[in-house]
Order: sequence, then structure tokens, then C-alpha cells
Amino acid sequence: MSESSENGRRDFLKKGALGVTLAAWGQLVFSCAPEGGHDHAAAEGADTVKVLTPDGQLVEVDQSHLRHVHHTQDISYEESRTGLPGRKFVMVIDLARCTNARKCVTACQKMHHLPPDKEWLTVKLMKDSEDSEPYWFPKTCYHCDNPPCVKVCPVDATFKRQDGLVLVDNTRCIGCKFCMTACPYSTRVFNWGERGEPADMKTHRANAETSIPGQVGTVEKCDFCPDMARMGQLPDCVVACPNGAFYFGDQNEDIVTNGSETVRFTELIAERAGYRYGEELGTEPRVYYLPPTDRIFPAEKGLEELPEESRKLYEDLF
Amino acid sequence: MKTVDLNKKQTAILQTFGPQLEKSGTMYRLWVGFLLLMILFGGYGLFRQIYIGHVVTGMRDHAVWGYYIANFVYFIGVSYGTAMLAAILYYFKVPWGRPIIRIAALVAFISGVIGPVFILLCIGRFDRLHYLFIHARVQSPITWDVMVISTYLVGITVFTYLLLIKDFAILRDTDKFEFPSWRKKLYNALALRYTGTSEQDQQIGHSTKSMAFIMVPKVVLAFAVLSWIFGMTLRPGWRSSIFGPSYVIASIATGIALIIGVMWVYRKLYKLEDYLKDEHFRYMSLILIALVGAFGYFTLSEYITSWYTSMTWESKVTDKLLSFKEFGWAFHLANFFGIILPIVVIAFRRFRTPTIITALSLLVVFAMWVRRYLTVVPPLETPLLPIQDARPEYVHYSATWVEWSLVLAGAATFFIFFTLVPKLINVVPISDYEKETN
Ligand code: SF4
Ligand code: SF4
Repeated sequence: MSESSENGRRDFLKKGALGVTLAAWGQLVFSCAPEGGHDHAAAEGADTVKVLTPDGQLVEVDQSHLRHVHHTQDISYEESRTGLPGRKFVMVIDLARCTNARKCVTACQKMHHLPPDKEWLTVKLMKDSEDSEPYWFPKTCYHCDNPPCVKVCPVDATFKRQDGLVLVDNTRCIGCKFCMTACPYSTRVFNWGERGEPADMKTHRANAETSIPGQVGTVEKCDFCPDMARMGQLPDCVVACPNGAFYFGDQNEDIVTNGSETVRFTELIAERAGYRYGEELGTEPRVYYLPPTDRIFPAEKGLEELPEESRKLYEDLF
Repeated sequence: MKTVDLNKKQTAILQTFGPQLEKSGTMYRLWVGFLLLMILFGGYGLFRQIYIGHVVTGMRDHAVWGYYIANFVYFIGVSYGTAMLAAILYYFKVPWGRPIIRIAALVAFISGVIGPVFILLCIGRFDRLHYLFIHARVQSPITWDVMVISTYLVGITVFTYLLLIKDFAILRDTDKFEFPSWRKKLYNALALRYTGTSEQDQQIGHSTKSMAFIMVPKVVLAFAVLSWIFGMTLRPGWRSSIFGPSYVIASIATGIALIIGVMWVYRKLYKLEDYLKDEHFRYMSLILIALVGAFGYFTLSEYITSWYTSMTWESKVTDKLLSFKEFGWAFHLANFFGIILPIVVIAFRRFRTPTIITALSLLVVFAMWVRRYLTVVPPLETPLLPIQDARPEYVHYSATWVEWSLVLAGAATFFIFFTLVPKLINVVPISDYEKETN
């Protein structure tokens, strides 16, 4: 990409806006569609949705039959390793807005074909000290600028790209799990067994940008959806959050967006006293947090939707 | 062809070993069969693990390492420790060390073979092992370890073999036993045409001495690199400057305890009281308590500093080790039986009998394994961020039968090796007594 930074910025915003529109429509594929029929259909909220079949009929189906897919561009191995030229991806998470709605978690799982018990993105309940209030804390990979996980990988399967992303090439990973012990943020997850993806995913050409198909015996983690960025779209968690807690953008252009608001990264961080988690570890995360001041909801609200056994996990913190 | 001549003493040793070199009894066969079954069972566990994936183990996303890595660190540490002991005893020609060097080198060799197998068991993709070479990245401590362990294994194999050549020649030349012809051929090949000329003696002596000399820095490096696998991470309990020294000391102590065990069994089985004397046990026991004492001191200074300063993340790990609700029992019992009890008992001269020393050594062998486990697992179960997982197996590691089967298979391999070795060669070196007249 050889545009000037001004052009680049406009491009990003344009593409960002496009991303939001598309995501609102929900890129869905009707899984009963015949071979090769990739239909886009509108769906929102309800349990059943109307979709257009390849022969032009409008039918109503259960939402659980629909599946998100990565519409990836075919990129070369080198491109997946070097990253998007001129970019420096950054994320800002507004803790004041997180209510543990967990839409980011499920959107991420859907997009990456993860089983329900596998979370690349987790939401923790944090309580900094005895008297402080608990708050919800979404945690992605921090795509650290001084990544301990990358340092220790013996085969260059996990690597840092020039656009700031830390990715895993699951066709290279030998599964030694050293990176998992090295990451202080417990970001990485392992494919202990088969991931149980739909069979057609197996034919997807493996590529470090999509981590699809998952490979048994290898490590994987939140990848900031670089395939979406390549198409000018936002990561799925950003789009899915009903409260706009995630901002994603480009530090070079100093712009981040949560889909509805687009702001200057530096201003946001300065105004809201943004910080990075575990700064003292020297990992230099690329994810910033805005402190949970003036929360839009009390933290207890985040418990409402949880199943009983999950609620127990947080008992001590309230 | 010139053959190796034996003096009276040497002939006597050879006679001692005759019966077991020549034939095997029923008990012996049953024992070997039992060990083979254990190894086969481990093989079945391994098959399940390869076929189904690592879900069959107790390892999950927080405790990503478990028994396998603990066992790896344990065995390879024992190997380094015993190699160091053998090399030092040889190099400095420690007079009482003579009959022990061979046993030490054999322990080093077999533990050096067993250990790395366990790191392989922990790797998710066997089919990609060659990536460690073709895509090697020099920044990674694992790459350092691959280099160090592979060269170390060559070193210890050569060193052990050099220690055996002369005796292979003696067995080749002796007419006292009825060996089947394949055994004769084997000895012939293994003896490398050694016939006892002074030139050959010089060559072997010189090479062994150089190998012993090389082994010491090699082992120091290997110890360092292995401890850096842990030390180079941001985990409390691992990233400590005393991790390496403490590991070195604990491993040499374990190695010595194991050697004592092997000596005791051999002495009993083959009536070697004239060669493996009481004083050998006494000397070894004194080294043992000096080492476990040092280990106790390192343990204390590691945990007392983190307990006293009580930095949150660090003291979480320490608290888990001390608390009886978590790892407390294992930690305190291991320290009692592995450190305090041996020191207290062996401090009394009258308790320094081979049997008591051996019993204490066995305790040390187990206790040190527990301590290895406790250095690997608790720090993994104590991440910076709270785990908050409803699945209990993701919160606490507990080994499955697959891991047990493989750990037991590892132990069985150790036993079977020491059961089979006396079939092939006399465990007390005959060649070392060549200067003795009677
Ligand atoms: S958060 Fe963990 S996995 Fe992600 S880059 Fe940092 S150290 Fe690596
Ligand atoms: S588990 Fe894979 S990505 Fe992680 S350090 Fe090992 S080879 Fe590299």
C-alpha cells in the first residue's frame, strides 16, 4: 500500500464504516445451502431469521443453523507473516462500558469456529483491592510490542508482524506450549483435542491470519482478526459489543473506532487516563484500558445472564 | 592375536560375576517380564495420546506442563548430576571412587536417555519435531536446550563407553565362561580390538580423561540452559536467580541417592562386599547430606524472601506451597523426608550403615521428585489474572492414567536397564585392578 497517510486514514475510516454496515447485516451463510452457494442474508436478534435461498425463496430458519464464515482474501505466506504495510493496530477497551454481556466472546467463537468452551477472548471479574468495587475486564491478546511468547518460540511459529500483531502459524507450531508458560496474561489456548469444526473448514487453506482450520496439538489465540482488517473491517468482538466497549484502530493514524464513534487514539487515552495492564512486566501491550470509572451499569448486572455454575466463580468478589 | 592378561585379583572379580553373566533364573525372568509389561502399558498410553490428542492427559490451558515436564527435568537432572560425579571422580582419580564411577556413568547414561523422551511426550506435534532443526530460532531457550542435550548425550555415551572398553576385551578373551557365539561376537565388536598394549592403554586413558574434563563444563552449561527454560519466563517461582543453582544441587543429590540405591542392590545380589565397601556408602552419604543441606538452604532463601517481601503474585505461589489446603502436605513432607531426616540421621556416625543410608536415599529420590513437581505445577496454576473457569480440570492439574502409565514406564526403563546391564558386563570394573598384584 503506497498511499499517503492522509489517504490511508480516509481509507481506514471508509472501510471502518463499511465494516460496521456489513457486520450489522451479519455476514451469514445458510449452512443448508447447496455446495458453493454463499448467500448473504439479513439477521438480527431473534431466534429465527429470514434468509434467501439460492433459488430465490425467502425462508425462515433457526438462527443456530446459521454460521459466520471468514471471507478471507487469498494472501501469500509472506504477506501473512509481514502484515499490513504502514499499519500499527491498537485496541482500547473501555472498562466503564463492559457489563459482561459476553457478545464479544460468542462473536469471536462464531467467527473462529471455536467450541463454546474455548475462549480466545475472556471476560474476567476483577477486584483490585478489598474495598474497591469489582468490574468486568475483557481480555484479548495484548499483541505485546515486547512479546515474551515470541521470544521463546523455538520454531518461529509465533511471530510479531510489522503492523504490531502477534500471530500463530498453526502449520508451524510444534505444540511445545512454551509460549503459553511465557505469556503472563494467560492468553494462549491449546488444541488439546480436535476442535470439532465443520467438515468443510478442513479444506480451508491454513494461514496465520485466520487460524482456520484449527490444528490439534497446536497453540492458538486472539489474532485481532487481521483478515477482517485486510478487508477494511473491524474485528468481530468490536462490532458485537452492544455497549461499544471495544475501540480498534491504527496508532499510526491515531484513530480508533468502536463502530459508532471514531476518535483520536491519543486524545481518548489522555482524557480517560488509559493504561496498559501489567505495565511493570515490560511486555508493552498494544491494548489499552480505560479505567472503570462512572460505570454505565453496576458489575452485578453482569451476573444476570450467567449460568449458576459460572456465577459461583465470582461469589467471593461481591 | 594378543589377549588381555589378568592378575589374580582380576580373575577373582571375573569369577564373582560369572554366574549372572552366564545364566538367568526364573525370578529374574519374571522381573524382566513385569518391567516389560509396564513399558508396554506406557506404550499403550502413548498410543492413546497420539491417537486422540493431549486431552487424554490432565494438562489443560493453565497447567500446560505436568508430570511429563517434571519427569523430564528430574531424569535429565539426575543424568547431569551423576555425569558430573563420574567425571570428577575419574578426573581427579579419587581413590575410593573407582568402583562407583562405572555405576554413576551408567545412571547418567540411562537417565539421559529417559529424560528427553518425556519432553517429547509433552510436545503436541510429533510429526513436526524436525522443525526444531529446520526452523530453529536461536533466541529460544528450547533451541539452546536441543543443542546442549544432543551434544551432552553424545558426550555421556562416549564417556560411558570408554569406561567399558577394557572390560569388553576381558570378556572377549576369557575362556572361563560358555558364552553363546553372538555374545562373543558382540564383545569382539564392542572391545574395538583392544589388546592391552601400552599404546592402547595410553590412548584410552587419555581420551577418557579428556572426556571427563569436557563433561564438567558441558554439564554446567546443560544445567544452566535447562533451568533457564523456566528462569526466562515471567512466572514467580520460576524466574528466580537461585532456580539454576538449586536445581543443580538437588539433581546431584538425587543422582547420588540413586547411585547408592543401585550400589546396595548390586552388592546384595552379587555379593560385592569386597568392592562396594561400607566406606563407599559412608562417603556417598556424606556428600549426599552436604548437598541436600545446600538444597535446603537454597529452598529456604528462595521462599523466605518471597514470603517476607510478599509481592502479591509471588506470594500467591509461596502461599500455595505452604498452605495445607493446597500443596502444603507435599511440600513439607518432601522437605522433611528429603532434607531434614537424612541430615539428622546421617549426622550420627552409628547410623551410617549401608542399609540405613540406602533407605534414606530412597526417601531423597522420592522427595526430590515431589519437589520437581512442585516447581513445575504450582507456578502454572497461579497466573497473574484470576483463572475463573467453571471447569475444575482447568483450575487444578491432576495427572491421568496415561501420564501415570508413562511415568511408570520411565521408571521401568530405568530398572530394566540396570537389570540387563549385569548380564552384559560386570558392574565392578575389572580393568581398574590391573595394577594390583594380589
Ligand atoms: S498477551 Fe501474551 S500471547 Fe499476546 S502478545 Fe502478549 S505475551 Fe504474547
Ligand atoms: S507452542 Fe507453538 S507457538 Fe508456542 S512456543 Fe511452541 S512452537 Fe512456538
